[in-house]
Amino acid sequence: MMSLMTQKTIPAKQPLSDWFRRNVAKLVVAPTFGLIIFFVYGFIAWTGYVSFTKSKMLPTYSFEGFYQYIRLWKMTPWNVAMENLLVFGSLFILIAIVLGCLLAIALDQKVRAEGVLRTVYLYPMAISFIITGTAWKWILNPGLGIQSLMQSWGWESFAFDWLINSEMAVYTLVIAAVWQSSGFVMALFLAALRGVDSEIIKAAYLDGASLSRIYLVIILPTLRPVFLSCFFILTHMAVKSFDLVVALTGGGPGYSTIMPANFMYEMTFRRNQIGLGAASAMMMLATVMAIVIPYLYSELREKKNG
Amino acid sequence: MKSFTQKLVVTTALVSSIALGAISAQAEPTAEVLHYWTSGSEAKAVKALKEDFEANGGKWLDAPVAGGGGDAQAAVLRSRVLSGNPPAAVQIKGLSIQEWAEAGALGDLTKLGEEEGWDDVLPPLLQKIVKHDGKYVAVPVNIHRVDWIWANPESLAKVDGEPPRTWEEFNALADKLQAAGITPLAHGGQPWQDGTVFETVVLGMGGAEFYNKAFIEKDIATIKSDTMKKVFDQMRKMRGYVDADFSGRDWNLATSMVMRGEAAMQIMGDWAKGEFIAAGKVPGKDFLCVPTPSNGGYILNSDSFAMFNVSSEDDKAGQALLARLILGEKFQETFNLYKGSIPARMGVPTDKFDECAVKSMVDLQSASESGALVGSMAHEIAASGAIRGAILDVVTEHFNSDMTSDVAVERLAEAIELAE
Repeated sequence: MMSLMTQKTIPAKQPLSDWFRRNVAKLVVAPTFGLIIFFVYGFIAWTGYVSFTKSKMLPTYSFEGFYQYIRLWKMTPWNVAMENLLVFGSLFILIAIVLGCLLAIALDQKVRAEGVLRTVYLYPMAISFIITGTAWKWILNPGLGIQSLMQSWGWESFAFDWLINSEMAVYTLVIAAVWQSSGFVMALFLAALRGVDSEIIKAAYLDGASLSRIYLVIILPTLRPVFLSCFFILTHMAVKSFDLVVALTGGGPGYSTIMPANFMYEMTFRRNQIGLGAASAMMMLATVMAIVIPYLYSELREKKNG
Repeated sequence: MKSFTQKLVVTTALVSSIALGAISAQAEPTAEVLHYWTSGSEAKAVKALKEDFEANGGKWLDAPVAGGGGDAQAAVLRSRVLSGNPPAAVQIKGLSIQEWAEAGALGDLTKLGEEEGWDDVLPPLLQKIVKHDGKYVAVPVNIHRVDWIWANPESLAKVDGEPPRTWEEFNALADKLQAAGITPLAHGGQPWQDGTVFETVVLGMGGAEFYNKAFIEKDIATIKSDTMKKVFDQMRKMRGYVDADFSGRDWNLATSMVMRGEAAMQIMGDWAKGEFIAAGKVPGKDFLCVPTPSNGGYILNSDSFAMFNVSSEDDKAGQALLARLILGEKFQETFNLYKGSIPARMGVPTDKFDECAVKSMVDLQSASESGALVGSMAHEIAASGAIRGAILDVVTEHFNSDMTSDVAVERLAEAIELAE
C-alpha cells in the first residue's frame, strides 16, 4: 500500500502498470517466499532455540546452554545412530552411484528392448520406502526368504541371516536402499550420456581409442555435474532415512540399526524429551549443512568467475 | 390494560424460554473423547461406552486418532493443549497422567469420587496412578495383567512338563522342550516385548520391593546389585530359548506360534488371550494361562481416561457423567469382556468372565493385600516414557548381543541417570 502511494506521487506516464511490470515476478514469488520463511526457516529457528532448553513434554523457554547436546553425545543409542548414518550413507551413496552409472553405460550400448529395461530398472523408484522395506524384510528373513528357499532346494548349510544379526543388519538397509535408488541414478546418467557430443566420440574412435578408454577419459569427466547432483540427492535421502528403517528392521535387532531420524522421533514423540529431540534434529541439520555449504560455495564462486 | 396483559404474556414467554434454554443446556453433558482405540475389539469396547453415554443423555464427540499405539494421539493432544483447547477426556495412562497433572492441564474429580465411593472400590495402587496430590484427575477403565505365561498344553505334555512355579523350574522345562525339538519360548524381538519379559523376571527374582526400588525409586545400588545381575543372567538364558527368527516379530505372531504348537510358551500380557479366543481356542483346554514365577506377585497395566481442564458447564457435566459411567459396574463388565482385561473396580460379578480373567481377579485381590502388586515398567505405569525408554534400550541391547550381566547393570545405571 505504501509503495503504491509513493509510486503515485512520482509523475510518470503509466506509473502503476510500469511498477507492476517491473515487479510482477517478485509479486508472484512473494507468498511462497513468505510461507517458506515462516514454515521452514522459522521453525528451524524455533527448533534451534528449543534445543537449548530443558523442554520435556511441553516446550519451555528458559535458556540452558548446551545441556541437551552434552547429554545427546553421552547416549549410546545416538552414537550408534550416527555410526549407522556414516556406514549406511557412505556405502549407499557409493554403491548406488557406481551401479547406476554402470547400468546407464550398459544401456547406452544400443541394446535391444532398451525401453523395457529402462522401465524395469527405474520402477523401484516409484515404490515408497515402506513397501521396499516390507518386501525386503520378507526376502531377508531367514525363516521365510532367501535362506529358507536355498535350504529347501537342498543347500542345507546356506546361511544369510544379516537381518537378525546386530553386526550385519545395517547392511541390509544398504541393500534395500541401493535396490530402490540405483535405477534413478541410472536414469540421470543415461540422460547425460545421451547429451554427450557424438562428434567427440567419433573423433576418438578415429584416433583408435578403445571403448573403455573413451568412457574413462572422455565421457565420464564430462558427466561431473551429474555425479554431483546424484551425490547430493542421495546424501539428503541418507540423512533423512526413517521409513526404510521402520519397515525393514524396526531399528533392531536391539537398536543396532536406528538412524538419527528414528532417534529424533523416539525422543520427541515417544519419550517426551522435546529438548533432546530438537538437539538431535539440529545435529542432523548440521550434518547436511557440512556437505551442502561447501557445494553451494563452490557453485556460487564458479558462477562469479565464469 | 389489554396491552399490559399482552406485555406480561410476551415477557413470561420470553423468560420461560430463556429458563427452558438454560435447563436444556444443563441437560446436555458433552464430552469430546480423544482415544486411540480404533481397531477390532477395542473399537467395539469404546462403542459400548459411547452408547452408554448417549443413553444417559450425553453428547459424545468422537476424536479417534489411529496409529502408533498412542504416539499420534500424543502429538494431537500436545497441540490441542498448547492452543488452549483441550479435549474433555483423553485416553492416557500411567505416569503420563502425572506429567499432564504437573503441567496443570487436568481437572479435578475428587468431589465426584467421594460421592461414588471410588476409594473403596479401586485397588490402592490404581488410586495412586489416577490421583495427583490426592485429587482424582483420571478414571481407570481396566486392568491388564502383564506377567502371564501362555502355554500350549499339548507341547508341555510331550515332555511331561508342568507349568513352572520358579525360574529354575522354567529353565528345566525349557531345556526339556528344547531337547524334544520344541521352541520353548515364543518371542518377538521388539524392545517393548524384551522389556515385558525383563520386568516379569525382575519381579520373579527380586520381589515387589526390589522391583519398585529399581524402577520407581531408580536406586543405583539396587540397579547395580547382584540380584539385578542374576536377572540379566536369566535374560541371557531366555535368549537361548527363543527361535532364530525372532527379530522384529510382532507379538501376535508369537502367540500364534504357541497356538500351532511350534512353540510351547509365550510371556505376554492378557491381550494375548484375545488372539486365542478369536481363533476359537478354549482357555484351560487348548491353552493354559499361568502367572510367571513370582511368588504371588502381579504386574498391572491399566488404561485410563484423564479429564482435562474445560471451562463450559456442558463439558464439565459431560466429564462427570463419563467418569461415573466408566467406573460403573455395568460398563466395567461389558467393556472388559470385549477387551479381554478385567474390571478396574473390585467386586464386579465374575460369572461372565473366563477362567483366566477370574484367576486374574483373584490374584489381583491377594497381591493387592500382600503388597506384591506392582505397576508395569514396560507399559509406562511405573516408569515415565523417558526412563522406560532408557531401560528398554539396555535390556534390548543386552538381549541382542553378548553383553555380560556386569556390563549390563553398569549400562542400566548410566542410561537411567542420563534419561532424567
